[in-house]
Amino acid sequence: MSGSSPRPNRVVFTRQGVWRGFVVSMPLWVGMLPFGIVIGLLSAAKGLSFAETMLMTTIVFAGAAQLVALELWTDPAPILAATIATLVVNIRMAPMGAALAPWLDKLRGWKLWGTLATLVDHSFALAIAEQRAGGRDAGYLLGIGLGIWISWVACVAMGHLGGGMLQVSPGHPLFFASIAAFLSILVPLWRGARLDLLPWLVAGLVAVAAHRAALPVPLPLLAGTFAGATLGAWLEIRGRAVRWK
Amino acid sequence: MEVRLDVLLAILGMALVTYASRAGGYAVLRAVRPPDFVQVLLRHLPGCLFVAYVAPPLLAGGWPAWIGAVVVVLVQIASRNLGIAILAGVGSVWGLHWALPVLGLTP
Repeated sequence: MSGSSPRPNRVVFTRQGVWRGFVVSMPLWVGMLPFGIVIGLLSAAKGLSFAETMLMTTIVFAGAAQLVALELWTDPAPILAATIATLVVNIRMAPMGAALAPWLDKLRGWKLWGTLATLVDHSFALAIAEQRAGGRDAGYLLGIGLGIWISWVACVAMGHLGGGMLQVSPGHPLFFASIAAFLSILVPLWRGARLDLLPWLVAGLVAVAAHRAALPVPLPLLAGTFAGATLGAWLEIRGRAVRWK
Repeated sequence: MEVRLDVLLAILGMALVTYASRAGGYAVLRAVRPPDFVQVLLRHLPGCLFVAYVAPPLLAGGWPAWIGAVVVVLVQIASRNLGIAILAGVGSVWGLHWALPVLGLTP
């Protein structure tokens, strides 16, 4: 083997890889429609202008976080509450970059920091699968991220324009879509009763109790989340130590 | 095409913590290994967060919301498609809101 031939595990970043990722993301665009449209509708119902909605969608680019923030939106804007709620929702993405390190470690400059800006659940899942199958073109990750980003902005734009025309009131059954979105996200997150049943139960009960106690947003959400997650972490670590399985 | 200052600040705050989660997560977790408890806690965070989010409105929504919730979960399990599950859930809740007064029932 001469030194000029690429080693099989050498990570590259090519335009072809970006394009292939972009094409792979296309079937996902249709799936973005209902969620994106709900964000656009809700944004319009909460009184955000088209420019404000597009700005949020373009630079935040995180559906679940935008949904949570918009649900607790008030006028004037809840700067601290929206920021804290967004952090709690998006901190889940912190371990993703670390998991993709075999690709990301080989990138520099905009290729690294730009790719990270487009990281979402879908691109993470597809890129991890590609990486495990021996893929070595990191452009694939950016391509999927870009495809989802473009379709996301377009779907939210349609929702906002449609909501402006329909004048959908916040109590409309259409807004069950935000609950539906989170319920369907929960399905693949379920790791079995032993790990998740008690934490999820406690998270729900504490959130309801805090909500009934009329605690201001986003406190019920935070209290429920951290009560459940702390219990889950405690049970899991104790279970490991005791090895009662 | 207006962008108000308070809205702009809220959006910038959201964007900042989101990029910190995406890029900072990579930068920090590459350099330091957080304690086991924190790693396990992070894995529990998403599920608990979404449950904490849906529990109060589901309880307030009464049984049409519960039926909608069951539909969403079943369709998601069967189709593994977020878009289809959301549409099915909204469709069933919307249908119930429309059908219940016709049948003389209250939600």
